[in-house]
Amino acid sequence: MVKGHIHSLETFGTVDGPGIRFVLFMQGCLLKCQYCHNPDTWGLNEGKEMTLEEVLAEIEPYLNYYKTSGGGLTVSGGEPTLQAQFVKQLFTEVKKRWNLHTTLDSNGYNDGSKISDLLDVTDLVLLDLKHIDDEAHIKLTGKSNDRTLKLARWLSDHNRKMWIRHVYVPGIHNKEEDLLNLGRFIGTLNGVEKFEILPYHQMGIYKWQELGRPYELEGVPSPSDEEVQRAYRLIEEGRRESALVK
Amino acid sequence: MSVIEKDVQEVKSGWRSFTKGKWAKKVDVNNFITTNIKPYEGNEDFLVGPTSNTTELWKIISQLSKEERERGGVWDVSLDTVSTITSHNPGYIDKDKEQIVGVQTDAPFRRSIQPFGGIKMMIDATKAYGFELPNNIVEMFTNIRKTHNQGVFDAYTPDMRAVRKSGVITGLPDAYGRGRIIGDYRRVALYGIEFLIKDKKQQLTELEVDSMTEDVIRLREELSEQIRALAELKEMAAAHGLDISKPANSFKEATQWVYFGYLAAVKEQNGAAMSLGRVSSFLDIYAQRDFEEGTLTEEQAQEIVDHFVMKLRIVKFLRTPDYNELFSGDPTWVTESIGGMAEDGTTRVTKNSFRFLHTLYNLGPAPEPNLTVLWSEKLPEGFKKFCAKVSIETSAIQYENDDVMRPYWGDDYAIACCVSPMRIGKQMQFFGARANLAKALLYAINGGVDEKSGVQVGPEFPAITSEYLDYNEVMKRFKPMMEWLAKTYVNTLNIIHYMHDKYSYERIEMALHDRDILRTMACGIAGLSVAADSLSAIKYAKVKPIRNEQGIAIDFETEGEFPCYGNNDDAVDSIAVELVETFMTMIRKNKTYRDAVPTQSVLTITSNVVYGKKTGTTPDGRKKGEPFAPGANPMHGRDKKGALASLNSVAKLPYSDAQDGISNTFSIVPKALGKDEESRKSNLVFMMDGYFHNSAQHLNVNVFNREQLIDAMDHPENYPQLTVRVSGYAVNFIKLTREQQLDVINRTFHSSM
Repeated sequence: MVKGHIHSLETFGTVDGPGIRFVLFMQGCLLKCQYCHNPDTWGLNEGKEMTLEEVLAEIEPYLNYYKTSGGGLTVSGGEPTLQAQFVKQLFTEVKKRWNLHTTLDSNGYNDGSKISDLLDVTDLVLLDLKHIDDEAHIKLTGKSNDRTLKLARWLSDHNRKMWIRHVYVPGIHNKEEDLLNLGRFIGTLNGVEKFEILPYHQMGIYKWQELGRPYELEGVPSPSDEEVQRAYRLIEEGRRESALVK
Repeated sequence: MSVIEKDVQEVKSGWRSFTKGKWAKKVDVNNFITTNIKPYEGNEDFLVGPTSNTTELWKIISQLSKEERERGGVWDVSLDTVSTITSHNPGYIDKDKEQIVGVQTDAPFRRSIQPFGGIKMMIDATKAYGFELPNNIVEMFTNIRKTHNQGVFDAYTPDMRAVRKSGVITGLPDAYGRGRIIGDYRRVALYGIEFLIKDKKQQLTELEVDSMTEDVIRLREELSEQIRALAELKEMAAAHGLDISKPANSFKEATQWVYFGYLAAVKEQNGAAMSLGRVSSFLDIYAQRDFEEGTLTEEQAQEIVDHFVMKLRIVKFLRTPDYNELFSGDPTWVTESIGGMAEDGTTRVTKNSFRFLHTLYNLGPAPEPNLTVLWSEKLPEGFKKFCAKVSIETSAIQYENDDVMRPYWGDDYAIACCVSPMRIGKQMQFFGARANLAKALLYAINGGVDEKSGVQVGPEFPAITSEYLDYNEVMKRFKPMMEWLAKTYVNTLNIIHYMHDKYSYERIEMALHDRDILRTMACGIAGLSVAADSLSAIKYAKVKPIRNEQGIAIDFETEGEFPCYGNNDDAVDSIAVELVETFMTMIRKNKTYRDAVPTQSVLTITSNVVYGKKTGTTPDGRKKGEPFAPGANPMHGRDKKGALASLNSVAKLPYSDAQDGISNTFSIVPKALGKDEESRKSNLVFMMDGYFHNSAQHLNVNVFNREQLIDAMDHPENYPQLTVRVSGYAVNFIKLTREQQLDVINRTFHSSM
């Protein structure tokens, strides 16, 4: 039996997918985003080891909330596809037992064909697109965005539902051309039900301090509402352009 | 009388066009509601904003509130006159603008002298705020007229004084009015004073019995007092130019009559909680009739409600700063119960339920009246959504589970104080504050010696001397300690309520009750989560007491992890449940004054801070002096699995063994409720439906950011109306002591995002 490395869990999640959701945070991530508000989820093979049954027992008491609100289970992290086998079994089980809606909150740093059996039992993917410009992506996360873009394409080609999410950090994500390009890319995808900008916040800083890691974004403010609205506008413009081409 | 004369009388009568039923023959307000209510299933779109008169009156009150704060908490005291129903001439905010009239003294914000509960409270309170009580009043209530407080201390045993001093039992109503009695103020409007006096006189006649036992004598004396109080109530109304001897004729009159009944009660009693009952849907019947007769507009109806609520907001008692430290923010618990379901399956939600909640917009948020929604899964969706909206935008209302309480108390109960249900006009309680279970656990470990003073307070049982605490041994010691505590506690309450009946009887409130009523002895427990987590630590980890030279465990070293209450983990939640059941069983073993039915609550009000101060370090890792969690809440920060797990733990506490209520205060940041207004509202509704479906009894809902509170601490002038739910009631945040403000800020904020 595969065990999962679990960072923590939240019984009342309302922002990671539709309705009220059980959110399971998996341990381990290969990206090292400068703005990450949970750097304590990075380490591989850390966290609490839990069996499938143990996790299911944590979900079961709250099923009535998730079912009546049109919610379900979201697996987040860390990066959940690093433990794809475990998450696949979990999704399979919650569907079989309770017919629960499943959501995968991923940075997309994986290969669609390799995790296709997990994606087959996933109702919705929340895909985090960290930066559309590869160089900036590498600077921000330590890795290329190539795999993420490919996974988005894979999901699109296989008619899967996704919400694309984009954390917006002032000074990192504000370039007009980047925002237009991001929109243009999204415009070529099928199955994008929602696009969300997540305004950067500083609430995770204390965790960096606790871990003794230098925080690169020290002093960077949260974006203003106007700035966020501008980003939405530009991305929308980009989407329309490529929709015309399509 | 001719037929025509009779018709004319019917047309003018306060009962015209109402469906007659049992209520028309004898006092039965619930029957009147059942036969005449028009439930409302729609949404809030019909509501209207404040009139200019309302806005201007509220401006005056806001100015007076500001002056009151600037004067250190008390605006003025009417020093020379002992408050009774008829003691003061009418006072007004602005007579020409007020739809509903009457304040406690001859001016709003001028507090009154109410010495019947205890003269010491009055002397200390006047002194603390820079006033001096006239000698003749001090003399009168020291040497001539005995008070409740003196009576109690005449009868207290040394044991009782010791538990009171150490704080293992705290908050006893032995120095002021006990409160938590709800007069059925609706009776004044529906029947008028003449009918009520006639009814009471009849009751007195029925008590001309063969055997004059003590019970009969007492009841005869009480009924005579009630009749006198009703006559005074009529006189008080007459001083305002209004005749309340007959039933009210209109919505405005009905509201005014109800308010006069309540006003008489607060003029006579400075009870700890002076709750209003369940008047909004009753009054709606009058509004409906006026609408049908074309004599009332929505603007006028809302204005009447706004002015009534304005009066309820400025009810004030003179209390010592000590008292305010225990019950922060100058609360009066003018609790109004709203909504709920009838036993026939229809809802008791009316348009007036919406109007009452809407005062939080027309006048801005406020802690009083303590607006309490009786929640049922079957409430109309429109009302549920509106409640959620009001909670999200004002944090000023609380919720109690109608589906859990209705089977016990029927469909015409109301909440007194924070969480205590009682059938209106048919039931009262002997308010009993609470026993500190966390401290009692330390007494069990230390053989009855107080961990702070070193004094032998509890019985001299053997102390635990082993190097590590053994769960079975601790439980073996804890149970007899709890037995002792329960016995001492009930005996203490018996004395308090005997004396209160004797020296500070609630004449007008009881005049608005049936002759024969159910009485409960409402005990309570504090420190439940601390005691449960401490026992969990002892059971699942290794706990080593650190003892001082006297052998008292003053600190604990804990090795290993242990489950904490608040994570929906039966390993520890079952301990909390067992504590509630066990202590209730022990309370029930004791004989109570007037054969009151014993109940208990899991409630601390805001005194979780003070209880914490009085309690040494506990095995769960809480250091000495640190606050407890309020009510039945898990300890701050120990509930690590999110809101639903925390709510589920609390929902396990059995209402059957805590019929006086189980308080849970819930704080969440807006963003954690959902991304947009619509999803926040629906998520909150789903959350409450689920929580109450699991048989939980109570929930305070706060929706705000911690940063906002911190800013309010530093800039109180910017937050004159910031309202925060604490423990069964709401407070004005800037009126809390700094310690209490920090306690609120340190509580668990559910904030996953």
